[in-house]
Amino acid sequence: MRYLVSVIDDKSDPGSTDRRPAISAFNERLIAEGYWVFSGGLADPDVATVVDNRDERAVFSDGPFLESKEYLAGVWVWEAPDLDVALKLAAEASKVCDRKIEVRPFQ
Amino acid sequence: MNDVDEVMTRAHHDEWARVVAALTRRFGDLDIAEEAAAEAFTTAVERWRADGPPPNPGAWLTTTANRKAIDRIRRENKRDDKHKEAQMLHDDIPAEPLGAIDDDRLRLIFTCCHPALAVEARVALTLRMVGGLTVPEIARAFLVRPATMEQRITRAKAKIKAAGIPYRMPAADDLPARVCGVLAVLFLVFNEGYLASGPDTDPLRHDLTCEAIRLTRLIRALLPQDGEVAGLLALMLLTEARRPARISAGGELVALHEQDRGAWDAALIAEGHRLVRERLAAAAAGAAPGRYQILAAINAVHTSARDIRDTDWSQVLALYDQLVRLDPSPIIALNRAIAVAELDGPEVALAIVDRLAEALAGYHAYHATRADLLRRLGRSRHSRAAYDRAIELAGNTGEIAYLTRRRAQLR
Repeated sequence: MRYLVSVIDDKSDPGSTDRRPAISAFNERLIAEGYWVFSGGLADPDVATVVDNRDERAVFSDGPFLESKEYLAGVWVWEAPDLDVALKLAAEASKVCDRKIEVRPFQ
Repeated sequence: MNDVDEVMTRAHHDEWARVVAALTRRFGDLDIAEEAAAEAFTTAVERWRADGPPPNPGAWLTTTANRKAIDRIRRENKRDDKHKEAQMLHDDIPAEPLGAIDDDRLRLIFTCCHPALAVEARVALTLRMVGGLTVPEIARAFLVRPATMEQRITRAKAKIKAAGIPYRMPAADDLPARVCGVLAVLFLVFNEGYLASGPDTDPLRHDLTCEAIRLTRLIRALLPQDGEVAGLLALMLLTEARRPARISAGGELVALHEQDRGAWDAALIAEGHRLVRERLAAAAAGAAPGRYQILAAINAVHTSARDIRDTDWSQVLALYDQLVRLDPSPIIALNRAIAVAELDGPEVALAIVDRLAEALAGYHAYHATRADLLRRLGRSRHSRAAYDRAIELAGNTGEIAYLTRRRAQLR
């Protein structure tokens, strides 16, 4: 099964900023154990642009599609045999990133 | 009940979870397993009435359910996936020999009680898939509309499938936490039966307490070494044993000190005490008891006293002290205070209870306990106010009747 693993940060209670080395080490382990498919940290949601081209012409708007206190700070894609394995890794990821983690399966 | 109905009821109790579990493992789909099992039991009612029950009802039900499942998959796969169908049809391999702990029903229970599901979903799914209760029965038990309950169960099954919640035993290092989660679900079912909420329900829901005990017995049979499983079973048995004395003829809750102890179920008490003794021996050998074992031991002390005056309150308090160290929650502290009142008097107990005001302001038992302590101290006016608040917050009809009578006794 493939899972989208989202790292959730909170503007009013942000996680610590010194997590990079720990995340790199964790990523290396994910790769070595065959779970890693993709990963990336995201820029601030403020610099996002929403595009809507459902009607005649594309409309661009500045900022994220959803304003909220909590926001997506980074993502992983993992390949894991089942949710138990994914949740176990996610529990570690939460410690490593010092942030909340959402695990969501791909269809 | 005639013979066939009796065989049917027993088969439903003994075989439902086994059939659903075996089908889930074989077909990897809870929906198919549940529907095929339900169809097999419906067919059984008709056929057994006409031809008499088969010599081995369990095997008959499993075979029939398997056939129903394959029929259904065939119908659904008409359009595509011929290959998969062929695989299903050739998979007549019996279940591989399993270790003592690896039973299909255990996998089913662990799946239904998975921590990634909402608690209400775990309860509903466990009662449906493991307990074999119908959706309307579960809906009635939890005072929601059948359509709402159906949706809750459907949603949970969909999540299990889409999110890849596995159908297997948890890893060894996860096992204690996962067993704990299963026991929490069963305790929730039991408590809802023991102190049912809602203005239109019976104060005691015998069906729910029985079902919780039956499922806990099943877990106990599957995990005989687990101390907390034994503890929870003992706790349920010793609580259930007092059920006949717990509600008066007038529908009022009867407090422990007023109960007719002769009406307690001696067989259940004996069984509960046996389990507690087993755990005491384990504790003496160095196994640290968990919360259910300690709660069971407290109930063993209560059920050992032939009269309320014979209750060994110092033993009760010592057990609560042990429990507080394990679980420093305000509710445990409140129950501990009741034992303190018996040993050191209501004034000392009231001081403890008053310290819990902030944490338990919305909890009826906090106000009921205060009301009783204030009454014993002769502080009628304060006692009355506390009864008022307790009655306002209580959800159980029998308990409301009891509190109302106590309040009316105040002068």
